[in-house]
Amino acid sequence: MAQEETAPLVRIRGLRFARGERMIFDGVDLDIHRGGITAIMGPSGTGKTTLLKLIGGQLRPLAGTIEVDGQNVHRLSRDRLYQLRKRMGLLFQSGALLTDLNVFENVAFPLREHTRLPESMLRDLVLMKLEAVGLRGARTLMPSELSGGMARRVALARAIALDPMMVMYDEPFTGQDPISMGVLVKLIRRLNDALGLTSVVVSHDVQETASIADYIYLLSGGKVVGQGTPQQLGDSDSAWAQQFLKGEPDGPVPFHYPAPDYVEDLMVGSEGARS
Amino acid sequence: MILDWLQALGQRALSFFQRLGRGHITLYYLLIAIPSVLLRPRLLLQQIYSVGVLTLLIILVSGLFVGMVLGLQGYNTLVRFGAEQSLGTAVALTLLREMAPVVTALLFAGRAGSALTAEIGLMKTTEQLSGMEMMAVDPNKRILAPRFLAGVISMPLLSLIFGAVGIMGGYIVGVGLLGVDEGAFWSQMQANVDMREDIWNGIIKSMVFGVVATWIAIYEGNDATPTSEGVSRATTRTVVHTSLAVLGLNFILTALMFGD
Repeated sequence: MAQEETAPLVRIRGLRFARGERMIFDGVDLDIHRGGITAIMGPSGTGKTTLLKLIGGQLRPLAGTIEVDGQNVHRLSRDRLYQLRKRMGLLFQSGALLTDLNVFENVAFPLREHTRLPESMLRDLVLMKLEAVGLRGARTLMPSELSGGMARRVALARAIALDPMMVMYDEPFTGQDPISMGVLVKLIRRLNDALGLTSVVVSHDVQETASIADYIYLLSGGKVVGQGTPQQLGDSDSAWAQQFLKGEPDGPVPFHYPAPDYVEDLMVGSEGARS
Repeated sequence: MILDWLQALGQRALSFFQRLGRGHITLYYLLIAIPSVLLRPRLLLQQIYSVGVLTLLIILVSGLFVGMVLGLQGYNTLVRFGAEQSLGTAVALTLLREMAPVVTALLFAGRAGSALTAEIGLMKTTEQLSGMEMMAVDPNKRILAPRFLAGVISMPLLSLIFGAVGIMGGYIVGVGLLGVDEGAFWSQMQANVDMREDIWNGIIKSMVFGVVATWIAIYEGNDATPTSEGVSRATTRTVVHTSLAVLGLNFILTALMFGD
């Protein structure tokens, strides 16, 4: 039992995944420990969202294993996978709220689908979840009436409705104003600690994520290029970590998309235009 | 040059069969999800309302006008042979055997099918379906199958209503305006329209169309490229494919039912 407690909640080994010709992950090893906030960071297009979908079993890897709570996600039967998903929440970047239901019903949705609670208890539960994200007063609004930050908070309330063991956040800070960004940062930390969750935050917002993460993985080019606590990464002399954390335009991640030589390209310009 | 052409041809053929395969996988999942829909009749009723009841108005209006045109044209032709007494039979048979199932299916594709595709396509684009999967709710059972069953149930009913209203339209024009004898209109119809041969065959047709039209609409929505352009293309494809499928199938069914 004790061993189980210390074993990582998510264990990824030798993960390979491709979209068409493009290799997204090429041998990723990664552990997500229980009770903490693990951040997965990297530039846009490194497949951070894809990683969450792989953990949730929505995509299948080419090779490698993903174990969640000791179960190999991609070996599970459909029923077992759905059982497992009840214990994990995924917060989509868009919120993915059901647009024909109001805020209350959106949060009530997983409860109505998976439990047979009496209406009064269900109401209490939904209001508790909404209170946790500060939107109890917005229960009658429709998703179209919410700001981006509010929609994400409603989605967060929905993600924790079934009291999951883990919540995965897909770019929670993107496109948020400073206030709602601050609110979300605090919420993620507070909910994680208060509910005893394990959180996975996928993001490229360095400061915000580093401020709440217990452990950070840096992904690039389909591989883990750096890992450690925010402190360790900040002190590391890895050119990659330094470029990413400081936001320098050029470095191991080149500023330029691969292209033929600049001068040559300009020289053939006049011919190229004709041909 | 020829190689390029062959390659393009091969690619088209492959993508056609891939789509066909995905379409049948969708149908398989829809069919095995039906029992779970029956356990939640509220979901089904909601969908019958939005797929069936909301299509009712266009069916009523079109049925009436189609029936009136049939009455007018039928009268003009029959009167030349002194057979205007048979107008009731002509209108009823045309409607029940062909017009009601086919026109209903075409209108259904335009009104309900396109709406289904757009709705499901947008739910996919906005990650609502994906979100549901992650909440351990199977979108096949919660979203797709209730809509499928609602379409399959609604189509024959809409078709019957279309037929009935159409006959009323024929009656209004034939008897009301053109002076066909009322007794002859109804009694000839009663004598010559057969329950099994005409009415049931019409119902069977519209059941087949119901399955095909709703299946295409749901498949296209679920298979749409998750962009606004993708959804718009899928919606167009729903209407075009459903119309072609219905017209083609109608010929086959007619040949099988009334061919001898």
